[in-house]
Amino acid sequence: MLEVEGLATIRGERLVFAGLSFALPAGGALLLTGPNGAGKSTLLRLLAGLGRVEAGRVRWQGKDALADLPAHAARVAYLGHQDAIKPGLTAAENLRPWGGGTAAALAAVGLAALAELPARLLSAGQRRRLALARLLLRPAPIWLLDEPTLGLDAASVARFGVMLAGHRAAGGVVVAATHLPLPLAAAAELVLGG
Amino acid sequence: MTALLRRELRLALRHGSDTLAALLFFVLAASLFPLAIGPAPETLGRVAPGVVFVCALLAAILPLDRLFGAELEDGSLDQLLLFGLPAPLLALVKAGGHWLVTGLPLLLAAAPTAVMLRIAPEALPALLAALLPATLLLSLLGTVGAAVVLGARRGGVLLPLLVLPLATPVLIFGVGAAEAAASGLSPRPHLLFLAAMLAAALPLCPLAAGAALRSAAE
Repeated sequence: MLEVEGLATIRGERLVFAGLSFALPAGGALLLTGPNGAGKSTLLRLLAGLGRVEAGRVRWQGKDALADLPAHAARVAYLGHQDAIKPGLTAAENLRPWGGGTAAALAAVGLAALAELPARLLSAGQRRRLALARLLLRPAPIWLLDEPTLGLDAASVARFGVMLAGHRAAGGVVVAATHLPLPLAAAAELVLGG
Repeated sequence: MTALLRRELRLALRHGSDTLAALLFFVLAASLFPLAIGPAPETLGRVAPGVVFVCALLAAILPLDRLFGAELEDGSLDQLLLFGLPAPLLALVKAGGHWLVTGLPLLLAAAPTAVMLRIAPEALPALLAALLPATLLLSLLGTVGAAVVLGARRGGVLLPLLVLPLATPVLIFGVGAAEAAASGLSPRPHLLFLAAMLAAALPLCPLAAGAALRSAAE
């Protein structure tokens, strides 16, 4: 269970949000919506332990999650704006350092046939799918997704829906920032102000 | 950790021109000296250790601005920080990767380059013995510099200004070792000083670089 209590953060002397609270039970999903600059990405980075929390608390299973960052990192799978893909490495090599089951992860996003292709030859949508495949490499219970379906075709979005459903069925939680409809059933929505 | 180091080496292999550029810069810069100050063995031999050291220092700095810069640009830095390793260990892996890809080739190229510059034969072993800890120190100090300038505008210009002053003690004791050996003295005290600096830098530099990486990600 992921709990956020009174979270506040400041970016460049501007208060992005304050007093933000929510709780996500196992298998829960939360959609972050709101205008550009509302702090959706900032919140995801905070939850991942990549930002500085000015006030408030993030708890995982009742314990302070951000106290031990390396341990928190093992719980989190984060998909940022950028795909974090090295063009010089093949699709499989891009995934390999992040954990086992590379072939299965590539198959889940429909890239199995392109595993040995250098990533610089992949299209933007295929790169996004490769970044999505990284989510499957480790059994991380918290998925933090920033515009996960940007540039994906309908078939890929459907495959991504299967990934999300599988993750939630296993008790994982999903927090996703998006402007596009996501294949997430029964997701709570948190609207961040501008 | 080994998975990350393997990734570093594989990336270096795919972008082999970066390694080769530092190495060629080293050899080319060193071979300008005979042209500039004349090929007379006595003058050239006297400056050879200093030339090798300064050129190695500058060549080692060349690839540093891409060390974390490339990772920051494509978002890999976030993924690396979420790898599950403490940030200082991540910095240590990066420093190790830099040494294997840049320091070690420089060390290998140093002997032929020093001979080309007509170094005194008795000074060559001391020079190479000093270059081993010196290149390791440069990788560690350079990692700190690269992490600190991360996200700064014109970080590539800032980086040498930050790293070169920190590297002066390395230069002084490294060249001192070779000159002591050339004049028939023991290079041991100089080498011990270098080893002591390495012993201090090995825990401190990754800690500093790790903290800088965390703040760059924020």
